[in-house]
Order: sequence, then C-alpha cells, then structure tokens
Amino acid sequence: MLAHDLAIASDMVTADMVEATEFPHLAQKYRVMGVPRSVINETVHQEGAAPEPMLLERLKEAVEAN
Amino acid sequence: MPLLDDNTRELVAAELAGLKNPVKLVMFTQEFECQYCGETRHLCEEIAELSDQISVEVYDFVADKDKVDEYGIDKVPAIAVVGAKDYGVRLYGIPSGYEFAALLNDVKTVSAGEVELMPETTAFLEGLKEPLHIQVYVTPT
Repeated sequence: MLAHDLAIASDMVTADMVEATEFPHLAQKYRVMGVPRSVINETVHQEGAAPEPMLLERLKEAVEAN
Repeated sequence: MPLLDDNTRELVAAELAGLKNPVKLVMFTQEFECQYCGETRHLCEEIAELSDQISVEVYDFVADKDKVDEYGIDKVPAIAVVGAKDYGVRLYGIPSGYEFAALLNDVKTVSAGEVELMPETTAFLEGLKEPLHIQVYVTPT
C-alpha cells in the first residue's frame, strides 16, 4: 500500500490501514462511504485508490494546512 | 483449525521466500470485546510459521501499556510490521481479502527497508519538517 511505502521511506510519516467495518465510530467520524478513503493529519481526505502524484498533492495540502 | 488452507499457505510461503532481513509482526490484542482479535493473532502466527525471517510478538492492549505507548496503538486488533526499525506501518482490524495481500507486501517492503517512489515524492519527504499521519480506510473484499 502506497501509504505504508511512504511510512517506510520517511521517519516523519506513519500510516495505518484501517478496516472500516470493525471501527464504525471512526468510519462515521471520517465519513467513510466509499473505500478506500485516505485521511491525512485529520484534515485532508482522498477518495478512492489515488495514484502517487495525486496522493502527493494531498500530502502537500496537509502540510500547508498545518 | 488453521485459518489459511493448504493452497494459500503454499502461495504465501512462496510469496515470502527470499526475505533478506527479519520482520516482526507486533500484534496487539485483548481478551474481551474484540471480535477479530483471536483470529488476527492466529493469522499472524500462521504467517510467521511460513518464514524463518518472520516472528510474532503479541501484547495485550490493556495489560501491556508500555508497549501500547511505544508503538502508538489506539485500537485493536492491531499489527505493527517492524523491520530493522519501526517505520510506523500499522494495520488495524483483521487483514482479510485485499488487506491480506497488503500485509504480505508490507512484510516484503519492510524487510527490504526501502521503496521506490517518484523523485518528486522523495524530495517532498526529505523536506518534511512535521509529522504526517495517513489513515487509509478499507473494507473486506
């Protein structure tokens, strides 16, 4: 999974794969309807399986939101 | 009763053959009110049986607070895939279906300790000054 690869590549990144049906309160909190849904630093969301360039754009947004 | 049938065990063993470096599946579970904790633990143990390079450590979410804090675990079942160091790779919930394949891939990548990314991504990561936490919500297929 790309998010896990990013965690391996950088000490600053941690990545969780979360099985939504076992944690319905989190699925609700992050409004998970379609999967996969990525949530970065609680603030930036990405629907679907994003290719690397698209995920990179979301990561940049998350950094700017800090 | 094993969770992986013989055919799957063969496929997984083949997938994990040739791991260069050891990998630990650090698993967090609890005894009560955790629907898939027992199965997740068995799955980790079955995977570890298929490779000399893979070991399992099991901790209790309630009793082993020091380990919970060390690995930053906030829910169970949880698996931290750890190689030469803890890269921050976590799986929460039972890794079935697509997630099982992702777990095997994580084991291979963590063992290698390196990944191939676009140059732009590598440059971005090198410039990171603050932590990034990515959660990917999936459902069993």
